[in-house]
Formats: sequence, C-alpha cells, structure tokens
Amino acid sequence: MLKYILNRLFHSVIVMFVISFIVFFIMFKAGDPVQLLLPPDATQQDVIEMRHALGIDQSFIKQYEAFLKNVAKGNLGNSFVYGQPALDVVFERLPATLELSVLAMIFSIIFGVPLGIIASIKPKAWYSKAIMFLSLSGISVPVFWTGMVLVLIFSVLLGWLPSSGRGEVYLFTSAFTWDGIKHLIMPVLTLSFFQLALILRLTRTGMMEVMMQDYIKLATAKGVPRRVVVYYHALKNSLIPLITVIGIQFGQLVAFTIVTETIFAWPGTGKLIIDSIQNLDRPIVVAYLLVISFIFVAINFIVDILYTFVDPRVRV
Amino acid sequence: MALLEVKNLKTHFFTRNGVVKSVDGSSFSIEKGEILGIVGESGAGKSITGFSILGLIDSPGRIVEGEINFDGKDLIKLSENELQKIRGDEISMIFQDPQTSLNPVITIGEQMMEAILYHKKGVSKKAAYEACVEILKTVGLPAARKRMKSYPHQLSGGMKQRVVIAMALLNNPKLLIADEPTTALDVTIQAQILYLMKKLSQEFHSALILITHDIAVVSQLCDKIAVMYAGRIVEYGSKEDIIFNPLHPYTKGLIECLPKLNDEKKRLYQIPGIMPSLLGLPQGCYFKNRCEFSDDECDTYPLQQEINGRIVFCHKVK
Repeated sequence: MLKYILNRLFHSVIVMFVISFIVFFIMFKAGDPVQLLLPPDATQQDVIEMRHALGIDQSFIKQYEAFLKNVAKGNLGNSFVYGQPALDVVFERLPATLELSVLAMIFSIIFGVPLGIIASIKPKAWYSKAIMFLSLSGISVPVFWTGMVLVLIFSVLLGWLPSSGRGEVYLFTSAFTWDGIKHLIMPVLTLSFFQLALILRLTRTGMMEVMMQDYIKLATAKGVPRRVVVYYHALKNSLIPLITVIGIQFGQLVAFTIVTETIFAWPGTGKLIIDSIQNLDRPIVVAYLLVISFIFVAINFIVDILYTFVDPRVRV
Repeated sequence: MALLEVKNLKTHFFTRNGVVKSVDGSSFSIEKGEILGIVGESGAGKSITGFSILGLIDSPGRIVEGEINFDGKDLIKLSENELQKIRGDEISMIFQDPQTSLNPVITIGEQMMEAILYHKKGVSKKAAYEACVEILKTVGLPAARKRMKSYPHQLSGGMKQRVVIAMALLNNPKLLIADEPTTALDVTIQAQILYLMKKLSQEFHSALILITHDIAVVSQLCDKIAVMYAGRIVEYGSKEDIIFNPLHPYTKGLIECLPKLNDEKKRLYQIPGIMPSLLGLPQGCYFKNRCEFSDDECDTYPLQQEINGRIVFCHKVK
C-alpha cells in the first residue's frame, strides 16, 4: 500500500513537471504581456524596465530555470497583473469553483443513479422512455444554451433568481446563506445537466447488464426481496464503472466550469484562467494548471482506493 | 398427494420473431423424498420448466397456462410476495454454472445468511452465521468457518458449487431443483457433487428435480425420468422402465448413445439431425424428421398413451 502511494506520488510529480514545461513554453511563445500591461503612451524605457522587473527579458532556458528554483521553494511566482503570488490568486478563487463542481456532482449522482436504475428495471415502460428522452437532451444540448435558457426563464421572465455573481458568502461558500443558494441554483443546474444525463445512462446500461446475470436470478431464487436484489446485489456490481466515470467527470467539472462561470459571471478559477490567458499572465496560467492536474491526480487516487472497497477482486 | 404436481404447464416467450413455446404442455409429479430427472437436449425446455416452478420467468416470457400444485397451493396463482416466501425456503434451486451464480462482490457468508434471514424472522445474525458454517461443513467444504469471509473469486469451481448447494439446503427445503448442477465442473468433481446431492436430499428428506442432458447421470440417481424434446415431454415413467425398456424412439436413441462397457469397439450411435428450432417446429410429431419409424401417421401430434404406468407420446408405440 505504501509502495503504491509512493509510486503514485512519483508519477504525479513527473506529470506535473511535464505540464509546467509545456505551459511555460506555450505562454513564452504566446506574446509579450508588457504591451498589455503598460499604458499605450509608455516609453521604450518603461518597457525595458518592466520586462526586466518581471524577469521576461531573459532567454527561455534561464526563465524556466528560475521558475524551477522558485518552485523548489514553494513559490510559483507573482502574477504579472495582480502583483500577488500566483498560487494565492488561484486559491482565492478555487472555493467558488469547487463549490460549483461539488454541488453539481452531488446533484447529478443523487438524481442520475436512481433515475438510471428506474429506467433499467422496466425499459419499456412509458416513464423509462421519458427518462431516456430527457437524458438524451441532457447529453446533446450544449452548456451555454442551457445556461442562457435558464437565465431567460428564471431571471428575465419570472425574475425569481439572480443571473450573476455569487451572492452572500459565508465560510468560503455561498451554500450557507439564502442569498447564496439563490445564486447557486442556476449555475449548478447548468453544470450538472450533462453529468446527470451521463451518469443516468451509465447506471442504466450497467444495471441492465448486471440484472441478466445468474447471480441476480439466484438471489431471487433464494427469496431475497426484489428491492434488495436491485439496490444491493445489482447496484453494487454496477458501481465499478460508475465510480471510474464519476472520478474522471469530477476532474472535468473542476477544470471546465469556464463556460458556466462566464455565463453567470461566477468569480471562480474558470473565469480567472480565461482572463489570465488574455492578459498573458503566465504565472497564473501555470499555477492554475498545476493545481488542476494535482486535483486530477488526487481524484484518480481516491477512485483507486474506492475500487478496493467496492470490488474485492481489485487489490491495490 | 404428490408434493409437486405440474399439470399442462405452458411457458411461452413472446419474441419479435414469433412465439417461442419453450415449455408446451408438460405434466409430471414428484412425491416427498423422490428424485425426478428431466432429460433432454439444450433448448428442450428443461431449465425453463425449473424456472417456471419458482416463477422466475423473465419478460418476454410468461406462463400462459397450467397448474403448479405444490403442497396444496397453485404456485402460478400466487403473488410475487407469496412466491418470495416460498423461494429459497420451501423450494430452492441450484444453478448450472457456479462461476456465475454467486455475486462476486458479496462475501459467501453474507450471501448464505440472506437465505435464512429473509425467511426465518427472529433468527439472530449469530445463529444464522453458525447455521451457515454447519451446513458448509455438511457439504464438505474445507475450512468452512474461514470460507464465510471469502469472496467467490477466492474459491474453486467445485467449492463454489458446494457453497451453492449448501445455500439451497439451508432452510431444509421440501423441494430442490438442480439445473445441470455438474455441467460446468470437471468429471472427477461431477461424481462427488452428484453423490453429495443424493446423500443430502435423503438426509434432508427433500424431493429433488434433477435437470440434465446427461442420461447416464439420471440413470444412476433418479427414481423417475421425464424425457423432454422441443418443449414437450415425450416419455415419462420410472427409471427402470425408461432406461431398460425405452418406448419412444427419441429415448431409445438417447440410451443408444451411451457407451457400454462390454461392447466391441465401434462408433457410438448418434441420433441423426438436430432438434428443430422452436420457431420452426414441423407439423405433427416434432421428432418425425429424425425418426426412423415415422410415416404419414406422424403428421398429427401423437396423443398421450399410458402403458403400464408410463406415459409416452408416439404413434408407433402400441
């Protein structure tokens, strides 16, 4: 187990090293942030001084070397735009994004799994067909469309929900205040629409496959109530592929809330990264991607651990 | 009165390509402590007969006609809830393939205890656990107590089948249905398992329905034999009658197929042709195309004849 964890850590360090190099290189080639940072009437002298101050007047190798030295000290550099340490800027925004993704994921699981089971038990019933039709639209409709339609209905026409911002924040999240919850509803719905449909369809397929197995028939032949056969014997077997996908999808959610955050002017990392790329704010972009890749690695690790609980045949 | 009496059972599957009459008018009965063998080729409707008794027919199939009288109740008329009380308690079943009949993610112990806990209210978990350990010892599973915590993948095929048998015997059922219990096992284990089943059904005074394609197996174990062909029973009687004096040409063919000890070296007999598809059954007797005695008479399905307490469906048996 310890060996497995160390191995995993070693791998993730390599992954993050490679990512940092690629991002660093792309941002180096992308352009000169000084042109964007200085006012149009700045003199040549100002430009040279600024470039020197930011350390971007040196060669690529020198810059990357300096970056690595700083990383070793736990410093990912200061943001060109905000002047603060890049990691701090990212971490300041991260709770908003995490809150959105976690809530969207919970919502998708709470509704996706039971609906998937219901649709799998009697696939020909009218309600199963209705569920499958809705899930198909969930898979196909793009996020920006869902978001804008929700805004149109609930903010513009009905005026029930605010269309932008996080509302009142308490303890890093807006889920604890009524105002915050009102702000959360639409972004969470928008973000979970696709995930819900995906989880639902996956649950349904998995359950239909498992329900045909001999051990399900034997459990019934043993006199185990239908309810227990479906929600324990069958569900436990179809959890394995489900956990994998939920893990991957959660990483995706954190990394790609960009569209949703833009629609609802949500002050999370998605909006930060878009702004930073536009401003060529390299330290922020690098720091953000490193944080995201770390989250991916962590989720994969948790998923691997969860496997061992769900499936006794899997050994870490 | 017989423990189980099946009368004119018809289980049909309503598929896109037509109605598959998997079981089409089977009648047989079994007394307490008796062993009945149901023999036939794959697709003859043996397993479906077994599943029908327990009400385990999945859509698009359903029992369209008949009576299954068990201990004074018609099982076909019972609700799902009432059936659930009988399943695993008064009637239990052993499946063909032990590799797939145990849930891979639940421990042996838990799977076994379920059979007790859902039927015997008021039995403590501890008592149920002990009962399971006891029965695992009875079926000859080594290190029974340790196995309770094992998962199916940690056991061999033979061990799993012993677990499945133990599970079926837990509530001391009146009737045990074994659907090809040895097909998936290798030959040395087969004999052990069959002997075990016979011994246990005697010990537990359970009646046993043994479903198999292996007529050699039934000839050793059973008291009565029903031979099925294309969804119908073609001959039904005592073991002695069927094995030593078969009347129906199909039964004769099946017995002819068995290798004999004192025979000269020659090719084994083979019944010509294959069983017709249940979707394209011939007019009249289903066996006529493979039968050496068939003639025009066989273009109508033969009526039931009773000859010395044995039932046979054939125009050529007089």
